[in-house]
Amino acid sequence: MNQVSIQQAEGRRKARTYIVMAVLAVLIIICFVVSMSTGQVRLTPIDMFKTLVGLGTAKQEMILFDFRLPRIVIAVLVGAGLAVSGAILQGVSRNGLADPGLMGINAGAGFAVAAYLMVFAKGGGESVLLLPFVALLGAFSAAGLIYLVAWKNGVTPIRLILVGIGVGLAFAALMILLSIKMDPHTYLYVEVWLAGSIWGSNWTYVAVLLPWIFLLLPFAMYKAGSLNILGLGDQAAAGLGTAVEKERLILLCTSVALAGSCVSIGGGIGFIGLVAPHLARQLVGPRHERMLPATALLGSLLLLVSDFAARNLMAPSELPTGIVVAVIGAPYFLYLLARSKA
Amino acid sequence: MVGNQSASVTHNQRVVTPKIASRPVAATLIIAAGLLALFFSLGISISLGAADIKLGTVWEAVFAFQPELTQHQIIQELRIPRALVGAMVGASMAVAGSIMQGMTRNPLAEPGIMGINAGAAFVLALVFAFFPGLSYHMVILYSFAGAALATMIVYGIGSLAPGGLTPLRLALAGTVVATLLQALSSGIAISFKVGQEISFWYAGGVAGSKWSQVAILAPWIAIGLIGAFIMARSISILSLGEELATGLGQKTGRVKLIGSVIVLLLAGASVSAAGPVGFIGLIIPHLTRFLVGTDYRWIIPSSAVLGALFLVLADIGARMVNPPVETPIGVITAVIGVPFFLYLARRDRRGL
Repeated sequence: MNQVSIQQAEGRRKARTYIVMAVLAVLIIICFVVSMSTGQVRLTPIDMFKTLVGLGTAKQEMILFDFRLPRIVIAVLVGAGLAVSGAILQGVSRNGLADPGLMGINAGAGFAVAAYLMVFAKGGGESVLLLPFVALLGAFSAAGLIYLVAWKNGVTPIRLILVGIGVGLAFAALMILLSIKMDPHTYLYVEVWLAGSIWGSNWTYVAVLLPWIFLLLPFAMYKAGSLNILGLGDQAAAGLGTAVEKERLILLCTSVALAGSCVSIGGGIGFIGLVAPHLARQLVGPRHERMLPATALLGSLLLLVSDFAARNLMAPSELPTGIVVAVIGAPYFLYLLARSKA
Repeated sequence: MVGNQSASVTHNQRVVTPKIASRPVAATLIIAAGLLALFFSLGISISLGAADIKLGTVWEAVFAFQPELTQHQIIQELRIPRALVGAMVGASMAVAGSIMQGMTRNPLAEPGIMGINAGAAFVLALVFAFFPGLSYHMVILYSFAGAALATMIVYGIGSLAPGGLTPLRLALAGTVVATLLQALSSGIAISFKVGQEISFWYAGGVAGSKWSQVAILAPWIAIGLIGAFIMARSISILSLGEELATGLGQKTGRVKLIGSVIVLLLAGASVSAAGPVGFIGLIIPHLTRFLVGTDYRWIIPSSAVLGALFLVLADIGARMVNPPVETPIGVITAVIGVPFFLYLARRDRRGL
């Protein structure tokens, strides 16, 4: 291929990326609007618009601003965060089957939050601001443990994933131990939350999560180049002058921090970090500067749709969102697994 | 997975005739000592509980039962069935794990990790939601079906993937199938408000066992165990590798099919009785192979005895950790099992 046609191909790919992003953004907006209007109380588009500009009834305002909107915004943020966390993990481990949920990182964060709620908060309330920090502590403990156990003159991707599964099993057992010590009220609360429900449907939770996402997502995009280079393999990356271990550590920390903060608000939602990067790669190719934004958008879209389904499929009773995500994500994972090379 | 001798058989080097390492003396000793230990731990299990009962009284309650004594009644009606179900479940899970590891040559094969337990649990959640009050006979049949469902999914993926079911693939497929089925179970639990029944049973344990349960469970597990003993030689041969087994004239397809059915019987019956107790099927077969060699004619009876002993001890532990609250058995087995899993995951062997 000569210089001109490479440039042409690159141009076409860029154009394609813009189109994909635009389509995804439109889909997210459509889902956003549909989500706002649907629920136990339906709002017509006109009512919704009126309410948004401040002309609705008090009841309509309450439904929209106090219940639906925060939840929808959280779905968008958590979806993007988990998806990018998975994309980084897959890039760093050079294994398309890596996922923070599968590898016990979510379980670590979940365990820390459950322990914290049990000891201090007894089922919700004032200390919400601390939740992301507690979850991060759990997520980093899990990740550190995985890295430590998997280390044996360096870590191989396979050992990393297998050890991750083991650490996840350990946290699951600890969680059972914790749950028998809980009072029934806290237990119910934690049970639903663990299944991955977007339970913090008020603006405080949005405010708590927002800074993390706003800091970590752009940082991940900024590190896209490093991810591309690490994807070439450790030797090639070192040959290109990259400090491989340092970059890997920074990226891993970013991924774990994203997963931890999202789990603290969204609960144990798995598979978004697996599915979104795969779809993004198919749509815009493997280069991370294009793939990461597409992954974030896809993650938001997936979680919005899942949350919408969770609220409305079995209405008036409500399913945890994580269950819907698992029902979509797990078969897709198994499909990928069946196609993967040994 | 398989022992030292057969490890030297590679694709390039098929000239070496593998031998199945067998240590009959060690195995006999282990079975004898294991049975003795099992007998004593059953005694301890029976004497232990909210009302502490002396071992002498236990002996009397069994061999000189006086129905008017409360202690004798507690022993006869509550403690003995509990201990017996524990022993049966432990033996079944361990033998199921042995057969799976032998057939697949995969060190991580185990009913829990493969999602079989979760499959049985899922179908039981359905039963709790839609057919409450079903007889225990039927519950067992349903849990066989659930175990079969999960096995078919995991095997199916293994057979579709190029390169077969490597330990990594098996662990991933099993974990994801288990996650999916658990998500569906908890969805059912939340929608139909049977969460408490399910979570009680899901935590695993033999606390509520009754004689009726023993009676229903025993034939299934007996069929499974006897079947396993009969198949032992074929599984030894299969554990040398599929090509070699075919070369030795084995109909490997048939052996695998019968082996899978036995696994389903054993795992399904166990889960219906005690909930998804993990890791016994992982630990015990490795331990047994380490002790008695790679001959499944010795591995299967030894792991049955050691598995029974292990679960009876775990059940005693479950009562002693935090009395009067009972710790779920699944937690006890995980505390021992997870480090073992991590050890296996760290080990570098071909195919991992």
